Amino acid sequence: MTNVIQVGSLEQGYGKTVVLKNINLTVNSGEILALIGPSGAGKTTLVSTIMGMLKPMKGDVTVLNTAMPNRQLLAKIGFMAQTDALYESLTAQENLMFFGSMQGIARKQLREKIPHAANIVNLVPDLKKYVKDYSGGMKRRLSLAIALVSDPEILILDEPTVGIDPELRQQIWNELHKLAKAGRTILLTTHVMEDAEEADEVMMIRNGAAIAQGTPEQLISEYDVHSVEEVFLKAGRQQDAHTNND
Amino acid sequence: MRILTMIKRILTEMLRDKRTLALMFIAPLFILSLLYFLFQSNTDQTASLGVRNVNTTLVSAVKNKHVKIHEVTSNQSAEKVIHDHDYAGVLSQSGDHLALTLQNSDQSKTAILKQSLQKGQIQLKSQAAVTVIKTQAKALKKMQAALAAVTRQMGQAGRNGQVGRPSMDKSVKNAPNYQVTTHYLYGSSKSTYFNTLLPILIGFVVFFFVFLISGIALLRERTTGTLNRLLATPIKRGEVIMGYLSGYGIFALIQTLLVVLFTIYVFNIQILGSIWNIFLINILLAIVALTLGLLISTFASSEFQMVQFIPIVVIPQIFFSGIIPVNQMADWLQPVAKIMPLYYGAQSMSDVIQKGASIVAIAPSLGILLIFIVVFLALNMLSMRHYRQV
Ligand SMILES: Nc1ncnc2c1ncn2[C@@H]1O[C@H](COP(=O)(O)OP(=O)(O)O)[C@@H](O)[C@H]1O
Ligand SMILES: [Mg+2]
Repeated sequence: MTNVIQVGSLEQGYGKTVVLKNINLTVNSGEILALIGPSGAGKTTLVSTIMGMLKPMKGDVTVLNTAMPNRQLLAKIGFMAQTDALYESLTAQENLMFFGSMQGIARKQLREKIPHAANIVNLVPDLKKYVKDYSGGMKRRLSLAIALVSDPEILILDEPTVGIDPELRQQIWNELHKLAKAGRTILLTTHVMEDAEEADEVMMIRNGAAIAQGTPEQLISEYDVHSVEEVFLKAGRQQDAHTNND
Repeated sequence: MRILTMIKRILTEMLRDKRTLALMFIAPLFILSLLYFLFQSNTDQTASLGVRNVNTTLVSAVKNKHVKIHEVTSNQSAEKVIHDHDYAGVLSQSGDHLALTLQNSDQSKTAILKQSLQKGQIQLKSQAAVTVIKTQAKALKKMQAALAAVTRQMGQAGRNGQVGRPSMDKSVKNAPNYQVTTHYLYGSSKSTYFNTLLPILIGFVVFFFVFLISGIALLRERTTGTLNRLLATPIKRGEVIMGYLSGYGIFALIQTLLVVLFTIYVFNIQILGSIWNIFLINILLAIVALTLGLLISTFASSEFQMVQFIPIVVIPQIFFSGIIPVNQMADWLQPVAKIMPLYYGAQSMSDVIQKGASIVAIAPSLGILLIFIVVFLALNMLSMRHYRQV
C-alpha cells in the first residue's frame, strides 16, 4: 500500500477568509476515504485543493508524490464535481466522448469504455438522449460515468450519491469497492452517514476543521457509540465545547 | 487533438442552437438591409412649397423634382398656411422682396427648399445676364455695321474693325452656356449617406454580433460549470482559449463572408480597393471581438449582465468609428478614438472601399488590431487562472 494522496497542515480559503484549518490526511492506494460534514463545512474546498484547482494558502498537497497543483497529473484523476457540469445540447454519449478525449483517451478506446461506464450507472438505454431531457438524478449518474470512463488511478467524487435512489446507490458502492480492490484510490465527500459506513476511512469536517478521523469501526468504539452518525454528533459537541472554552 | 475535439463540440452545439445561428447569420443582414432602405428613402424626399404672388418665372426656376409647388391665394398668414396644409414652407413676394417662411421641423426638407430657391435665383440671374449681354451684343453689332458702313465709305481703313467683329460674336455666344459635368471619385450622383456609412456599418455589425455571441457562449460555460469541469482535465489553458477562438472563429468567418458579400452584391456597392483587404480587416475585427467577448464574459455572472456591458463596451465604439469624423471632434476626445478597435477597423474599411487603399496603406491599422488581439488573449489567459492555477 503506497500513499497516493497526502495533505499536510493545510490551511485554505478564499481571499482573506480562511475556510479550512490544519487539515492532515492520507489516502493509500486501494482505499476509500469519505469526507463527511454538513454543507458549508469546506469539503468542496478541500477537494478542489487536492485537485489543484486552488493553490494551498499554507501547508502542502501531494498526489502520487507530485506537489499539487500539477496539470499533467489531472490525467490520472477521474473527477465528479458537486454541480453537474454537462453540455445540455449534446447527448450523453457525446458528453462522455468529449470529456473522455479531454482526459486524454483516444476516441477508439473511448467507444469501447463508454458502455461499461454507462452500465455502472444504468444509463445504457439513455446514452443517445440529449442531456437537456435528463432528470436531475440521471445527470448526476452521467457525471459519475464521466469520472469513471477513463478508468483512472484516482477517483475524486464530490457528493456522488445526492439524488440517487437507494438501489442504484448500492450498485454504485459495489462498483467502488470493486475498483478499490483493483487498486484504485477513491476520495469522496458526502453528508449522508450511510455513505460513511461504506468507506474504509472517514474524515469528519465541521466548520473547516477535522473533528474525527479513522475507520468507521475505530471511531464507533473510540467514541463509545453505536453508529457513525452518533460519532459525528458527539465529536461536534466536543468541538463546540472546545471553542467555548477558548 | 484536444483543440480539435473542442472545435467539434462547439460546432455541434452551435448547429443545434437554431436561434443563435439565426442571430449570427440573419440578424446582421436584416439590420444592414433595414438601414439601406431607411437611407434610400431619403433621396426621393420632396418638400411642398406654397407660393403667393411670386413671379412665375421664379416659380418655374425654383421648381424641380424635389419641390412640389402649391399656389396660395388666401390672405392668411404664412404660419397659418403652413399649419393648415402641412407645407414645408411658404414663399411670398411683395414687389422686389421675397419672404420664405419655413416649417423647419424636418431639416432635410428645409435644406431642399433653401437650396432650390437659391438655385432658382442663380438661374434667373444668369438668364438675365444672358439677355443683357445679348441686347448689348445687338447694339454692338448695329454700331459695328454703322462703323463698317462708315469705314467702307472711308475706303481701306476698315481692316481693324473687321478683325474685331467675329471674336466679339464668339465671346457673346459662349459665355453663359456653362456645361458642368461632375465626376465622382467614389459612388455616383445616386450616392447617399448610406454609402459613406456602409464601410463603418459592416465593421460594426461584424464586431457587435461576434462579441455578443462569443461572450454569451463562454458565459454559459462559466455559469453551468462546464468550464470548471473542463479545467479539471489536463487541458492547457491556452488550448481552451485556442479552442474557443477557433470554434467560434469559424462562425465569425462565415458571418463576415456573408455580410461582406451581401453588401457588395445585394446593395451593389462599389469597392475601389481589393475585396481581399476587406475580408482581412473584418476577420481581424471579428477576432478582436471574439477575444474581447471572451474576456468581458469573465466580469459578467449572467447573460443579462453580459448585455449590460454593451452600452459600455460596444456603443461608444460606434461614436468613435467615423460616423462623426474623428478629426472634427474636440481635441481631448480624439485620443479616446485611438483606444477603440472599431475605430481602426472602420477607418481602414472606409479607406479600402472609398479610397481604394492598398494593403500597405492599411497595414498600420491592421497591426494595431493585431496588438488588440494579443493583449486580449493574454488577459484571457490570466483570467483563466481564476479557475485553475496551472
Ligand atoms: N468561491 C468561493 N469564494 C468565497 N467563499 C467560498 C467559495 N466557495 C466556497 N466558499 C465558502 O467556503 C465555505 C466552505 O464551502 P464548501 O467548501 O463549498 O463547503 P461544502 O462543500 O462542505 O458544502 C463556505 O462558507 C462557503 O461560503
Ligand atoms: Mg460541497
